[in-house]
Amino acid sequence: MMTNSGNKLTQGQFSFLPPLTDEQISKQIKYALKNNWAIGIEYTDDPHPRNTYWEMFGNPMFDLRDPAGILMEINNCRKIFSSHYVRVTAFDSTRGVESLKMSYIVNRPKKEPGFGLVRQEGEGRLVRYTIHSYATDKSEGERY
Amino acid sequence: MKAKVDSIILAYLAGVKMPKQTKKETTAGQVSVNLDAEFRKSNIHEVLDKLDRELIGLKPVKTRINETAALLLVDRVRKQLELSAGAPSLHMCFTGNPGTGKTTVALRISEILHRLGYVREGHLVSVTRDDLVGQYIGHTAPKTKEVIKKAMGGVLFIDEAYYLYKPENERDYGAESIEILLQIMENNREDLVVILAGYKDRMNKFFNSNPGMRSRIAHHIDFPDYGVDELLAIANLMLAEQNYKFSADGEKVFREYIQLRMKLEHFANARSMRNALDRARLRQANRLFAGNKKSLTKIDLMTLEPDDILASRVFQEGKLDDN
Ligand SMILES: Nc1ncnc2c1ncn2[C@@H]1O[C@H](COP(=O)(O)OP(=O)(O)OP(=O)(O)O)[C@@H](O)[C@H]1O
Ligand SMILES: [Mg+2]
Repeated sequence: MMTNSGNKLTQGQFSFLPPLTDEQISKQIKYALKNNWAIGIEYTDDPHPRNTYWEMFGNPMFDLRDPAGILMEINNCRKIFSSHYVRVTAFDSTRGVESLKMSYIVNRPKKEPGFGLVRQEGEGRLVRYTIHSYATDKSEGERY
Repeated sequence: MKAKVDSIILAYLAGVKMPKQTKKETTAGQVSVNLDAEFRKSNIHEVLDKLDRELIGLKPVKTRINETAALLLVDRVRKQLELSAGAPSLHMCFTGNPGTGKTTVALRISEILHRLGYVREGHLVSVTRDDLVGQYIGHTAPKTKEVIKKAMGGVLFIDEAYYLYKPENERDYGAESIEILLQIMENNREDLVVILAGYKDRMNKFFNSNPGMRSRIAHHIDFPDYGVDELLAIANLMLAEQNYKFSADGEKVFREYIQLRMKLEHFANARSMRNALDRARLRQANRLFAGNKKSLTKIDLMTLEPDDILASRVFQEGKLDDN
């Protein structure tokens, strides 16, 4: 059995669904704006699950009324980083919360080779396991 | 049949209850709409009536707004019958002297556009050059875009827009901001409406050196200066809002004040009225204090008397009051 089902990265919300349309993304943004969450656009070509901090595309956006401006930035980011992963995050700055409330992928590379399982043999019969993204064998910017 | 379904959806999206009888299928299978009923149901007449009531004078402006509202309503009805003509260009230019009500009208327009479903949120973001143009290379584009993003879904009001363009300095960053605005005004018509405002002659000069901007603006509205009667009516309206009024003599004196004030420098129409009234209120308070009257009635506290106005330097020395 293949472990990389559908050959696509599943991180954050909606990642088992077909890609969101712009209209659906707008509705998600509207929801976040209504809750006064700050919206960020982030990209990376190193999607290892432990890589928490992706690059920010511009500053976080808040104090907006309408999703159109954010969708515009998402599309700018998709154009510039067309073969990177791009995600949209919504940050709740309420004291004591101060963390992400939403995160979902809005752009992905055409081909996603996924991750390989690496086994390292230690002393005795010890085996250490880790996962390794095939793409990161290449250098940054040339991975997908 | 599809047209009918679409129109119901459209009306629903526009937040308008679908009138039962505005649209019927005739024998030939043609669909017809009742414009009048559509107008009544769209409840924009509320906003238009309010505009007429709360703003004194401004006849040409009100006429233009009514015409524009009619155009938009017809356009919406056409859409229901699938006679699409593309999103109409709604960018506007308001010209007029200071205090003639440009900002106030812009606020109302955004409400009208919202009711007609031409902007999604209906808020107004009011900016000047400093909000759009940066201080160094690479600063302007993000700044302008930031403002545009805030205004999306509503109206972007750019006061004294000609300051964006400084021909004497060819490396001025204002040009970059104009460039971005032009692009947005063309490509994002459904997302925001831009209103430029300023003095007429300067605005004309600005358009002459920025033909791209002129061609993107469909509606030019000129705000005339107010006459003495109109200014007095505006003053009375402003007082009523704050639970004040002139005594009969007070009003007479204030009319004289207006006539004198109009001839002095820095006259700013309705705004000068507001400032004059604020000073009159101050003097009234002092008069009540100095008067040492044991008990004051409600009327005493509400009324502005001739003395409160005559103390102005406009009367005393033919000069402006301080502040
Ligand atoms: N026709 C009017 N009726 C009643 N009040 C008015 C009218 N016109 C202006 N005002 C009042 O006068 C004040 C100034 O108006 P506003 O700020 O809209 O002028 P403006 O044309 O934008 O001035 P500026 O060019 O200096 O920005 C506001 O408080 C407004 O409520
Ligand atoms: Mg103004």
